[in-house]
Amino acid sequence: MGRLVLGPEKLAHFESVLLPHLDAAYGLARYLMRDDHDAEDVVQDAYLRAVRHFEGFRGGDGRAWLLAIVRRTCYTQLKRRRDGPTVAVFDDQPDPAIDPVDVLEMAEQERLRETLSQAVAALPVEFREVVVLRDLEGLSYKEISSVVGVPIGTVMSRLARGRRRLHAAIPIGERERE
Amino acid sequence: MTRQDCEGLDLQLTAYQDGELDQVAVAAIEEHLKSCPGCAARIERERRMKALLERHLTPITAPVGLRDRVQAAVRQREAAPARRPPIAWSWVAVAAALVLAVFGGREWGRSSAPAGAVSPAEQLVTAHIRSLQLDHLTDVPSSEHHTVRPWFDGKLDFAPPVPVLDSAGFALVGGRLDYLLDRPLAAIVYRRRQHLINLFLWPDSRPPTPAASESARGYNLVHGVAGAFSYWAVSDLNAAELADFAGRIRRELEGSAR
Repeated sequence: MGRLVLGPEKLAHFESVLLPHLDAAYGLARYLMRDDHDAEDVVQDAYLRAVRHFEGFRGGDGRAWLLAIVRRTCYTQLKRRRDGPTVAVFDDQPDPAIDPVDVLEMAEQERLRETLSQAVAALPVEFREVVVLRDLEGLSYKEISSVVGVPIGTVMSRLARGRRRLHAAIPIGERERE
Repeated sequence: MTRQDCEGLDLQLTAYQDGELDQVAVAAIEEHLKSCPGCAARIERERRMKALLERHLTPITAPVGLRDRVQAAVRQREAAPARRPPIAWSWVAVAAALVLAVFGGREWGRSSAPAGAVSPAEQLVTAHIRSLQLDHLTDVPSSEHHTVRPWFDGKLDFAPPVPVLDSAGFALVGGRLDYLLDRPLAAIVYRRRQHLINLFLWPDSRPPTPAASESARGYNLVHGVAGAFSYWAVSDLNAAELADFAGRIRRELEGSAR
């Protein structure tokens, strides 16, 4: 055990369990890195890390397990690039400027998608990753908690704050308030 | 309920929307919502945002070719014989069988028969993959231009230039002899991040042709004729950066011909 090379049978198992989650892996990497090329590099690197740690995979659907590795790989890369996750942005700092758009008047769905993606991409990374894991990848709070490595209560509050920032960027329900 | 209660519930509203609260917490929130228009309005906004995200946050699809590249990288790591010879060699055999199966053995090995209908791009991609899979990336592993260039002397009937591109972020890994497209040629290997680039070079007296890009089986290729050489760059590096690499190579070839 603990050997570095899986062998053909385990390699086949590895590929059947983890390759189906390539889109999920790329989606998370794309949102965390905010760059197509970097996201591709990270995904490739993450799969290679996954090979090395595959002995530690305890079965199941593999997605959360892989996403945890993708996330760690992203953080390593971001740290290396030194514009990585800012640690102390948990509270009430102004969001990066996004033109407030009244979504009710937005005819084109494409534009709405773009606005929404931009708003998510502009979130501080702690909020961005939980929003992506929940709303894009559809993970449960428990799965997010294991991917990010924080308690469920923290997942809950980061998600609430993340969505609240999205409210600020995309003021839906504006009319009801008036 | 008091204002303080509202603040306590604030962060729970999202989890309530997501169906992630237990029954006791759900009951408490629903009781509170009956008597608190402020929180009721807030949860309505939460609901809208959640619906918006579910409907419009478009799933991202991995780029075409990434799956092949990831798979190749994983198998390449598996095939690294230096780590565990007994296991790895058996896997090399599998990889070899696979390449043979896919390409019908048409150009397997260093002294292959004429390649028939396989396009140059296909052949060079195969050579690129083979150089990774069989741990025979370089005959002369060196980041020193002064080591790699003389190594080719006497092994080829031409002296391939070995451009130095470190400052542009393309590190020299080494050189290798290869036999492809019915002729011996120089393969010079560079690295960009974790991506390896095989640069294939051979003399070509035809007039220069402009750089052309293509892709085959998930790999990118850029090729052309310049400075009396044919050059082909093959890599899993993205097309833009590979074009940048090939452009630099081309200028070096043009420069050395003058």
